[in-house]
Amino acid sequence: MTLLSFIKAAIKTSFRGDKKYIFWMSTLFFFMFIGFYCWTIQLREGLQVTGMSDHVSWGLYISNFTFFVGTAAAAVMLVIPAYVLHDVSFEKTVLMGEGIAVASLLMCLAFVTVDLGSPQNIWHMIPFIGYFNFPESMLAWDVVVLNGYLMLNICIPFYILFCHYQNKKPITKLYLPFVYLSVFWAVGIHMVTAFLYAGIPARPYWNSSLLGPRFLASAFAAGPALIILALDAIQRATQYEIKSSSLDKLAMIATVAAQANLVMLVSELFKEFYWPTEHSHSAKYLFFGYKGYNALCLLVWTSISLNVIATTSLTIHKLRKNKLIRRMSCLVLFLAIWTEKGMGLVVPGFIPSPLGEMVEYFPSKIEIFVTLGILALGLFVFTLLAKVAINIETGKMRLIETEKTGNIKN
Amino acid sequence: MTNSKISFKKFMDMCFKTSEPLEKQQSQCGCETNDKFAKVNSFASESNQACSSKQCGCSSTNSLMSKKVNRRQALSALLGAVAVSCSTAASSTSISQEKDKKEHKKLEWEEYFKGNYRLMNGSERKKTIERLERISELKKHNATISGQLPQKNVLYGYAFNISKCRGYQDCIRACVKENNLDRKENMQYIRIFEMENGNLNLEDGKADYFHEVPKDGHFYLGTQCFQCDNPPCVAVCPVGATWKEEDGIVVIDYDWCIGCRYCQAACPYWARRFNWQEPEIPSEQFNTDQHYLSNRPRPKGVMEKCTYCLQRTRKGLLPACAEACPTGARIFGNLLDPNSEIRYVLENKQVFRLKEELGTEPKFWYFMD
Repeated sequence: MTLLSFIKAAIKTSFRGDKKYIFWMSTLFFFMFIGFYCWTIQLREGLQVTGMSDHVSWGLYISNFTFFVGTAAAAVMLVIPAYVLHDVSFEKTVLMGEGIAVASLLMCLAFVTVDLGSPQNIWHMIPFIGYFNFPESMLAWDVVVLNGYLMLNICIPFYILFCHYQNKKPITKLYLPFVYLSVFWAVGIHMVTAFLYAGIPARPYWNSSLLGPRFLASAFAAGPALIILALDAIQRATQYEIKSSSLDKLAMIATVAAQANLVMLVSELFKEFYWPTEHSHSAKYLFFGYKGYNALCLLVWTSISLNVIATTSLTIHKLRKNKLIRRMSCLVLFLAIWTEKGMGLVVPGFIPSPLGEMVEYFPSKIEIFVTLGILALGLFVFTLLAKVAINIETGKMRLIETEKTGNIKN
Repeated sequence: MTNSKISFKKFMDMCFKTSEPLEKQQSQCGCETNDKFAKVNSFASESNQACSSKQCGCSSTNSLMSKKVNRRQALSALLGAVAVSCSTAASSTSISQEKDKKEHKKLEWEEYFKGNYRLMNGSERKKTIERLERISELKKHNATISGQLPQKNVLYGYAFNISKCRGYQDCIRACVKENNLDRKENMQYIRIFEMENGNLNLEDGKADYFHEVPKDGHFYLGTQCFQCDNPPCVAVCPVGATWKEEDGIVVIDYDWCIGCRYCQAACPYWARRFNWQEPEIPSEQFNTDQHYLSNRPRPKGVMEKCTYCLQRTRKGLLPACAEACPTGARIFGNLLDPNSEIRYVLENKQVFRLKEELGTEPKFWYFMD
């Protein structure tokens, strides 16, 4: 009964809000609807409506999937200080981090689903009913780790919030083991996603042992940057108290990770260009253009410049302490890593093709709208989760004692 | 060409309609319900008379469960019952047409719930082939689909004589026709690279040449699926929809593929193709002599690839490309037969393979006179 009243209260909370909230949610819903409609077109006509081809067979969808696995994994940067190191300033923010993880994971699953040619056959993946090629296929691993991480990130905050809702104190012993598990799992999801690419000898651009560590570094830069932006937004929109010391620490984490990411970028560039081999053609295409094809050059150089600017301004203490500059730097850093690790990683892996043919990729309108729809879905889910969590934490949404006794009588 | 798949939309429609009629059936238990489920059971491959009218009274689900049907069949039967009761509601055209339509729907429904072809037993394989042939008949294609198994002591290998190929591309045309490749998108399994003398780097070759051949100072090199002995595409497939057969051919179960295209990324020889749309083949050019694992029509949204024409080779014929080649550049045969031509080439010519360093062990060699 308590669970039922919790769900009822949660639904009530999520549907009620001021005008701004309603406007924000209906805008997101509108984009989701457009995206869904475009997906139905794609289902009817086939993937020919996308910009992908036999040469570049993964595009915008898988790029975004790869990136948002990173932001999901970054929740661990809040989980470690909050639960493991018992840093009090993170107590309030960690729930938001977990909300971002859930939203990111749902986006990831949505991106993979829309990328499938035959999504109606997805049940073939269910073990026992279908056939799950585990442990051979890294994609099977990815399905396991992503869903497992999703479960962890739903269950832990749910337990804590549910206890708070009942005005009880959550039992630490009960959830702490899962917290520890989720810390390792977070690293796992991003490493496995990197292995998805790194395990393919056919594509030398991805077939690198640096890919996994670089994924982690970029995730722990872009993820906290996103969390800072989200917390800033929450702070402005609600009365939820977020300690500025936690934001400072988060910014510090993002900074260090962004620096490590740049070091690895330099290492990668050195390896590709000091003595270019046949395996450097993709990198050559990405950074300087190859055989007259250079669709990604502008994108990648913009991204790298933004990355350097953001990392520098975050590195300088004075600038990082300034709220406005910090916010701007985080936004820039997030966008820079998004483009570089998304399109900048996935697409050049296919160009040139293994037989040396040059075919470029440009996302189609349908692809862009579906992607926007999924991004809106992520924001939508995060807003809902955050709203419920905030209402519980601030004491607005709590089980009322009289109601409780009334239930018992029934 | 169309497929044996129920579209996602239809599937969703059926799913959403599920709850209502099912409840009705359960509430008014009696002869009617049993009749319906007797019908349903004839869907599932194992039993026909699960709940006869004599043993009336038993709940219909129980009768289903008492039979030894696997999870998938049970699911198929349960949902199928609903689908049939739904489809009976709508009727307008002539009776025979309506009957065909109904049968078609029923067959497609059963096809949707079938298992992975590699894991099917003999009778299951026979049943799906019968269904596919019947669907083809209903579509007026009248294809015969074989499920011929690999021959014993056979391992297929291919050798390509670079000095003989003149770039005529007769192999490509024969392949397209034999394997029912999509004409709309102009899908091709084989690529012939025009290469300048003195350079064996494929990257400098040109696969899209449109001029008279052979061109002076050039030679020609063909690629297709090399049927690797250690195929990376097979390892990466998350659902096991692709595998290596006993005779060394890497095949795809088109009805099991989910279309994630991981195999396409993993192939170092760019041998795999994806159906970006519903494939189209002019009916007069439709090859009706088909095999389940090779040239039967593919639905949209799944992978396909060269199988060395296993619909032909398992019968002892040459692949269409080797047969069509006017210059004799293509040598095909059994690697396990010491007297085969391919073995002669491997033993007496200087041969090489592409990207051997990747450890994929392709069964496709190049050589020169």
